[in-house]
Formats: sequence, C-alpha cells, structure tokens
Amino acid sequence: MEKNKKIRNADFLQGNIACAEGAIMAGCNFFAGYPITPASEIAHHLSKRMFEVGGTFIQTEDEIAAIANVLGASWGGAKAMTATSGPGISLMLENIGLGVVTETPCVIVNVQRGSPSTGSPSIHMQGDMLQSKFGSQGDYQIIALAPSSSQEMFDLTIEAFNLSEQFRTPVFILSDSLIGHMRERVELPNKEELALFERRRLKSYQGINQKIFLDEKVALMPVFGNGLKANVTGSTHKEDGFRNVSDPKILDNEIKVLSNKILKHKKEIIRIEEVNLEDADVAIFSYGLSSRAVLKSIEVARKERIKVGSFRPITIWPFPDEEIKKLSNRVKTIIVCENNLGQLLPFVKAAACENCQVIFLPPKTLGTLYHTMEIIEKIKEVV
Amino acid sequence: MVNPVTHNLKKYFRGEINYTTCPGCGNGIVAQAILWAIDDSGIDFDNYAFVSGIGCSGWIPSPAFNTDVLHVTHGRAIAFATGLKLAAPNMKIIVTAGDGDTSAIGGNHFIHACRRNIDLTMICVNNQIYGMTGGQIAPTTPYLSKTTTTPYGSVERPFDLSKIAIAAGATFVARWTTFQARQLRKTIAKAILHPGFSFVEIISQCPVQYGKVLKKRNDAVAMLMDYKERSINLKKARELQKSELKDKIIVGEFVEERNVPELTQEINRLREEALQKCQR
Amino acid sequence: MIHIDKDTCKGCGICIAVCPKSVLEFSKELNQKGVNYPEVVNEKKCILCENCMIYCPDFAVVVKKDGKK
Repeated sequence: MEKNKKIRNADFLQGNIACAEGAIMAGCNFFAGYPITPASEIAHHLSKRMFEVGGTFIQTEDEIAAIANVLGASWGGAKAMTATSGPGISLMLENIGLGVVTETPCVIVNVQRGSPSTGSPSIHMQGDMLQSKFGSQGDYQIIALAPSSSQEMFDLTIEAFNLSEQFRTPVFILSDSLIGHMRERVELPNKEELALFERRRLKSYQGINQKIFLDEKVALMPVFGNGLKANVTGSTHKEDGFRNVSDPKILDNEIKVLSNKILKHKKEIIRIEEVNLEDADVAIFSYGLSSRAVLKSIEVARKERIKVGSFRPITIWPFPDEEIKKLSNRVKTIIVCENNLGQLLPFVKAAACENCQVIFLPPKTLGTLYHTMEIIEKIKEVV
Repeated sequence: MVNPVTHNLKKYFRGEINYTTCPGCGNGIVAQAILWAIDDSGIDFDNYAFVSGIGCSGWIPSPAFNTDVLHVTHGRAIAFATGLKLAAPNMKIIVTAGDGDTSAIGGNHFIHACRRNIDLTMICVNNQIYGMTGGQIAPTTPYLSKTTTTPYGSVERPFDLSKIAIAAGATFVARWTTFQARQLRKTIAKAILHPGFSFVEIISQCPVQYGKVLKKRNDAVAMLMDYKERSINLKKARELQKSELKDKIIVGEFVEERNVPELTQEINRLREEALQKCQR
Repeated sequence: MIHIDKDTCKGCGICIAVCPKSVLEFSKELNQKGVNYPEVVNEKKCILCENCMIYCPDFAVVVKKDGKK
C-alpha cells in the first residue's frame, strides 16, 4: 500500500500534484474542496489518492463548506486540507478566522491567480499575500509559506502540516498558477525518514475548567469523540472554551495569547533562504516564483563582480522582520521583487529603512515572469 | 432556594441548568425533547456531538450540554458537522439551527446535506423570525407580516422548510410544533437512529419578536394555543382541499426512507475498493 | 409530586396552561426575577401526566411519582 507504483524516489511532477503527494506523505487524511482554476489538479489527484490511504475526499457545494468541512474534520481527529485560489479564499475567510480562534490545525493551499474578482484564472500573481494575513476580521496571526518550485510544493506542504499541528492553527501555502502548473523533478523522501509532528492530544477529561485553549505554549487539543466534553466556540472565550463576550479583559487575553502563540515562536517557524549574501552590498528580497528570476540575475551579476545576493523568505507570515533588520545592517540597498504592486514592500521598509535604502521593482507587466535584464539593470542602477 | 429534587435531564448539563432565553421561548421545550430522546436512545452522551450556528437556537447545546459541542459561524453548522461526521463516523452528531441559519445564510449547505444523505440529525427551530438580532423578516415569515425590516408588510412568500428537505432528498423529514412536545420527543428519538440525513422542523414560539408581529407580545401561552388550533396531522390534511389548509400547520412524519445509500458508508466502500485496486 | 424551582422560573405560564386538571396557578408573590411563578394549588387532582415538566422552557418543573426517584 505504501509503495504505490506512482511513488518512486524521484518523479517529474506538476506543482499541484507535488502538493497533493506532500499532503499524503504528511498523513493528510481529509480533503474538502470546490473546483477552481488553477488549483483543481490538487482535488483531481486527491479524489483518487485519499481513498487509497483510507482517507476522505469530498467535493463540497462551495468553498465556505470546504473550509467548514476541513475544520469540522480536524476536530474529528483528521489531518485536513483544502486547496483553492483567491476567489475561494475570499469565501473561506470568515471560517479561517474561526479556525484561528478555535485553534484548529489545517492546511489551506492558495494557488494564486491574477486580479480581484474573477480576474485571470490562469495568470500567475502574488496578489493575495496580505489577504492571507489580514483577510478575516479581528486581529490575528497566521502562518503562511511560499513555495517556489514543485519540490517546495511537496516539501512545504509537509512543513505546513507539521506547523499546523505544532501550533494548533491554520497554515497557508501561498503558491501561484505557474508554480502549481509547471512540472519539475521532485525528490520524494521515504516516509520513515520524515519527521512528522503528530497532534498533541488531550488524553482525559480534566473537569469543567480544563485548559484546552489559549496557551502560548499551545494547549493540548481535545479531539471530539473521546469523552473530553470540549466546548468549542468562535465567540471570545477563556482557556476552558467558555464564552465571555462582555469582559474586555477576556478579549484582550484571547487576542494576545493567540498572537503570542505564533510570534513568540517565530524562531522555530521562520525559514529563510539566503544566497550570496555574505559580502553583498545589494540584497534582493523576493519569494515564490519571483525568486527564480532573481537567482538567475544574481548569477549573471556576480559574473560581472557585482556584490549582490538573494534574501528569500520561505515563511511569509509571521513576517521575518528581525531577519530583514539584520540584513539591512549588512547591505546598502534592498531591492524588493514581487509580482504585485508592492504588498510586502511596506513590511520590508518598516524593518529596514533605518539602516539601508529599500527599492521596489515589480515585473514590467504584472502577471509575467521577471526578465533577468530588468533585475540586472536595477542592480546596476543602485550599485 | 434550590429545587430539592433534581431534574431527570440535569445529568446532561455542564452545571446548573440556566437558559438565558426570553420567558416562554420554545428553545427550552426543544432542548427537553432532544435530551429526553437521547435519554430514550440508551446511547452514552459522550458519543454525541452537537454542532450549532448563530441565532437563538445555537444556544440550545452550547455551552450547556456536557459533551463535545462545536459552536460555529452563522449558517455553517451543517458544513462543519459534515466534516466532523466524515472524520468521526461513529459519533452521533446533532445539528441545531434556526430557520435563518438553515434556509437563508446556510440554505445551500442544508439542501446539499439532504442530497448527500449524510447521517446527521438536524433539529431546525423555526420561529419564523430573526429573534436575536431584533425581529427582522426571515425566509419563513408569512406573507404580509410586519417586521422590523418590513414595516409595510412582507411582500415575499415564505419557505416551507420540510418541503424543501423532501424535495432535496432528505430520507427522514418531520415537523411538529412545540405544542406537540411528546410527539417531538419520539420523532427526535427516531431521527437519531435513522441511518441518513434526518430533518426535524419545529415551529416554535418567539414570544418577544414574533409575538410582536402576531400582536401576542410576550404571550407564549397564546402562541402555543394558536399552534394547537392550527396544527393538523398529515393524514387528516391529505383529505382536505388546499383552501381548507390555509393557515394550517401540517405536522407529522412526512418521509422515512431507509434504503438510500448513506454518505459515510459510501465513502467506506470507496476506501475498500481503492485499497483492493492498489493491492492488485 | 410536582416540584417547582421558583427562582429559575421566568413566569411564562405555559405549565399552568398545559395542565389538563388545573393543578397550578400563578403565585401572588414574586420570585427573585420579579415574576409570578406557578404554585401547586390542587395537588390531589394531579394525574402525573408530566405536561408541566416537559413544556417548561426553563427546566424549572420536575414531576416525580412518589416512592420513585
């Protein structure tokens, strides 16, 4: 069973399929989704694979139901995932907020497409970076990872499940239509070699005031069906899950603890890829697909002895501001490359502007790949 | 003074029984019917989970009932319950929702749960108004009703929720009013054991917000007596003309179909088939 | 025996209305909530039908047959 003929040690996989196989490898046993370009291949693949691993696949009536199914399944003990694109995320946001405050582990894949509304379903953009962090109402922290290859679609999906279980929270994968659809070689680890974070469950009922929520060190999860009498609500609540919507102190505590649960563990969560930064005067901040053109540009510039390097956050949220601050002490200029009108730019500026200049360079045409010359010209301009 | 005698249903509560509903609200009668039915079922309360949404009826299980309770966003209780049931198929899952939750914001999930025939028990408390938010018109409010958002009288026709459930393929559909509390208890007991999606609609009094519409404000007794007057059993209703049924509430068990494939079982079958194919 | 938890009662009067034997009546006194609650005035007529219990929205009425729990 484990040795399905499709899984060898390396395969040539579409990004979306790599994501789906990563989920299976992470132990995902529940997928709910609604058809949408450019994410549908994940659902296609899992509609077959889920049942092979004894899991559940369901195509829901809409994306609102998809995320609700996922959160419900997570409380039923499943490792659950959904995959969609921006329009679907827009519909899911209310319940993603519920996932955050009820501390429900799950993975949400956003294969981003272009423009608000229906937009351009098959044009890649990085337009939902802020939506994932700020889309749902209130004030909260989220974890979001940005893959830049088929390999990372696989690896980061596993990572996303691990983080979601470790911190009892929804985790985003922020991919885009080009990463989702391109095919690349993907190395597949043996499951035995993988370090999977298994859910830390509450084992026995601890009485009516049991602490099952709101612990900065992450409370044990009282999975349903085990006689744990969990009271789970999207209303403001205390550690025992009981609602209190009249006392601002309870509200204050809920928001702060939930945020600190993520922010105080930034070191464990945040992953950065740094290339050629040791002696660099110029750093290029880019992520996801954009970073691929950046790496090529740096290779070319280095041949011309320009001291330039790449700073690529793999973790977008929580934002790696401390790492960028350190970087800003080492370099003279940070060039921000992202396939949008500067969504993460203000965050880079806030972290770096005291120490170095920050310049924005979007692709000439949104929704296209950067041409290496665009980036090289900008590097030369600032050097 | 504390009642020296304990209520038979107190064992199902987390602490003292303390519903904060308005005086005479039908919620409590429905809560009793649910718990009596559970008492009759002989199934341990730990095997039950409740999922509820927003609105007064969401507070029937949450946080009162001493078992797993998931209190979610407006209209989505069925969708959460679907995921929970698929992940924990051995649990008995009961959804409580109001008419707004069920047929306005959550209408889509409702009809699809009927279609899928997933083994959930849906208790729909239909008070024909938005109670909690201040007496606005609901999709179930009768034509020409004057509510806080229809000061000239409603110009929309109301839904018949049981008819929707039947049309959408629910395999157990029943309707009672709170006046038929005994029949309701028996029906809920049946619905819990029914292997598929069961929909139990309860026409329930909201003496404050809907009482105002009926000019029976704060008079739960008058509303109950009105239900007594207007309720007509399904069998009797079949013999009457449409015109004779005007303003009547048809009550009874409308549908009970046992041999329709149930979703969690179907998914189990798919797992077995997929596994066999893999091994070949 | 009909036991009434008078301070839980919200005074809706449903129990009084659904009693087939007029066993209950509103009290003259007010309870903690400031409402008139039901009082047993005619216990001998009670047929233990439990209507007052199962219709009480606040679980404030308990009917128990004597000698049984």
